[in-house]
Amino acid sequence: MSNKPALLMAALVCLSHINTAHSGIEFSGVIGFESRWFADSGQFSGQLDGLQNSAVLEPEWLLEKNSHQLAFIPFVRIDGRDNKRTHADIREAYWLYYQNDWELLIGINREFWGVTEARHLVNIVNQIDQVEDIDEEDYLGQPMINLALQKDYGRFSFYLLPLFRERTFAGRPGRLRASLVVDEDQAEYQSGARAWHTDIAFRYAHFIGQWDIGASYFYGTGREPVLLPNANRSVLIPRYDLIHQWGIDIQHTHEAWLWKFEGIIRKGQGNTFAATVAGFEYTWFQFHQADGDLGFLLEHLYDGRDRQNAPASVLENDLFVGMRYTFNDMQDTALLAGSLIDLEDESYSLRLEAERRISASMKMQLEGQWFANAGNNSLTRAFQNDDFIQLTISQFF
Amino acid sequence: MHVVNRRKPAVTPGLMLCLCMLGGLYCSVSWCSQSPEEKGYQIAARSDRSDRGFSDSVVELDMVLRNSAGRQSARTLRIKTLEVENEHLGDKSLVIFDHPKDIKGAALLSHAKILEPDDQWLFLPALKRVKRISSSNKSGPFVGSEFAFEDFTASELNKYTYKWLGEQPCGELTCDVVERYPRYKNSGYTRQISWLDQRVYQIRRLDFYDRKDTLLKTLEFDDYREYAGGIWRAHRFSMRNHQTEKSTDLIYSDYRFKTGLTDNDFVKGMLKRVK
Repeated sequence: MSNKPALLMAALVCLSHINTAHSGIEFSGVIGFESRWFADSGQFSGQLDGLQNSAVLEPEWLLEKNSHQLAFIPFVRIDGRDNKRTHADIREAYWLYYQNDWELLIGINREFWGVTEARHLVNIVNQIDQVEDIDEEDYLGQPMINLALQKDYGRFSFYLLPLFRERTFAGRPGRLRASLVVDEDQAEYQSGARAWHTDIAFRYAHFIGQWDIGASYFYGTGREPVLLPNANRSVLIPRYDLIHQWGIDIQHTHEAWLWKFEGIIRKGQGNTFAATVAGFEYTWFQFHQADGDLGFLLEHLYDGRDRQNAPASVLENDLFVGMRYTFNDMQDTALLAGSLIDLEDESYSLRLEAERRISASMKMQLEGQWFANAGNNSLTRAFQNDDFIQLTISQFF
Repeated sequence: MHVVNRRKPAVTPGLMLCLCMLGGLYCSVSWCSQSPEEKGYQIAARSDRSDRGFSDSVVELDMVLRNSAGRQSARTLRIKTLEVENEHLGDKSLVIFDHPKDIKGAALLSHAKILEPDDQWLFLPALKRVKRISSSNKSGPFVGSEFAFEDFTASELNKYTYKWLGEQPCGELTCDVVERYPRYKNSGYTRQISWLDQRVYQIRRLDFYDRKDTLLKTLEFDDYREYAGGIWRAHRFSMRNHQTEKSTDLIYSDYRFKTGLTDNDFVKGMLKRVK
């Protein structure tokens, strides 16, 4: 690990010299150093103990001219302990052409749908980069052709998704994994075209007064794999099914209240099932006459999936309770505490996040995750020794 | 005040003409019987009218924040504004952050209203997520500055009621001093006192009184420049908080007007391509 950040820094210096100011290309990006510390020893053989250091680099090139936009955002993480967490991706690499009421994008991009915080249920275009973090907020770049039409009565987006991206998983030394390691090389697909099945998606989004609404449809290879042990139970093999998914997301914004709902119906993984997230976010602006805002979040998560044939989910009947305090200071300091409580087996997890800008181009983030009564749940049991604290320093350029 | 959105008259040109004629007649007969409230409104409306027809504008600005110890922090942002002709609606605006770099690409889209809360969406580049946010946060600080959200968004004529207090010299000019009272909900102010010059009818100074009716902040408007069509814009705004001794300066670049922006440049769906 010791010389890897230095290598990354050297690469960065080289990259920055490609920057050609005269061509109008804008160059920026971030380099980050992350240190994760696990309090307890891993419960599975081969798992790392103590510190897990890694470095991340995400440069960005952007060119915008006469209704054309070109973007290139590669991503690489180098992990000192887990070779599978050392991974690279292209987050974005696209050409976009836009006119007043339509736009066409060809290339790799990220697309986010939805309104809720605890779970991003309707968000399906991009695969989750799960080896990054278990919070499901990091996504792999998705190749696509995307046409969007803007009308007075809403925005219509059509997607052709020609190449499927497999979910990333931790390796044998990695923490926050199941008892067996996932072997991506043996991945199985329902589609004969395997990863080359052309998926399609459609989304309609609009707002009317205080209501923001979205409706979406997806047909193709589902982003969530079923993980099944191989014959000699030495590894898990991911199986990706073809699914139809219909989604709805609604937010009602009234004064300091945000009322949120997301719902999906999915067909193709055993019995057709529905899943929902419903809740609210309330903010006390200038809490106690200070400059800061205190937000309170409550969401209920339901998932009625087929326990035999669908990918396993820990969010079948859970409650998310969260508090967010933003200081509104010069450094944009913010604190977030969230707890996900399983209403059936009383297992819960607690996550704390704090962030603050520490100089004009540097940011610090502190995260902590605790799992409680994890032994009660067949899935989170694998994480019961994986409480961690993580510090990230990011330098923007 | 006019940081993001510009005000517009709440009356149509025809009605305006009638009002002017009637007003002229009325005033010439008995100027003295005009109430301070009427006169205050008239002066505010005159200032508001001077801004009519700018259609759209694009501007870049530096925001310099200072705390009482003199510590500084800077932000750079771009503001695109679309004048909305309908008098019952406010203007549309898009604020894009360029600096500090960790918030580069973040954008705030607002559809201003007169008395109703504005419609606002925030674009978060890290997740490429568009989030509808509550706009009832009128009095909170805007990006850590001494400007509250309500100082930074639309200042439509009918958001306030007015009262003329008198005349005072302001620099080399003479100003009408007009007190105004927010009519919209959740304001952090009981009243504001504005200084409007009698030559080009622009606001030169604004005093803000907090909920306890104590002087909270003073905003000074400097470096006015005239653009085509008689549109005036200040290029330096200095906000000083008297209670905390913190201050925020806004330094604007040259404005560009009539750049061809339309409603579709101010829809939430386009936030994803904001760079």
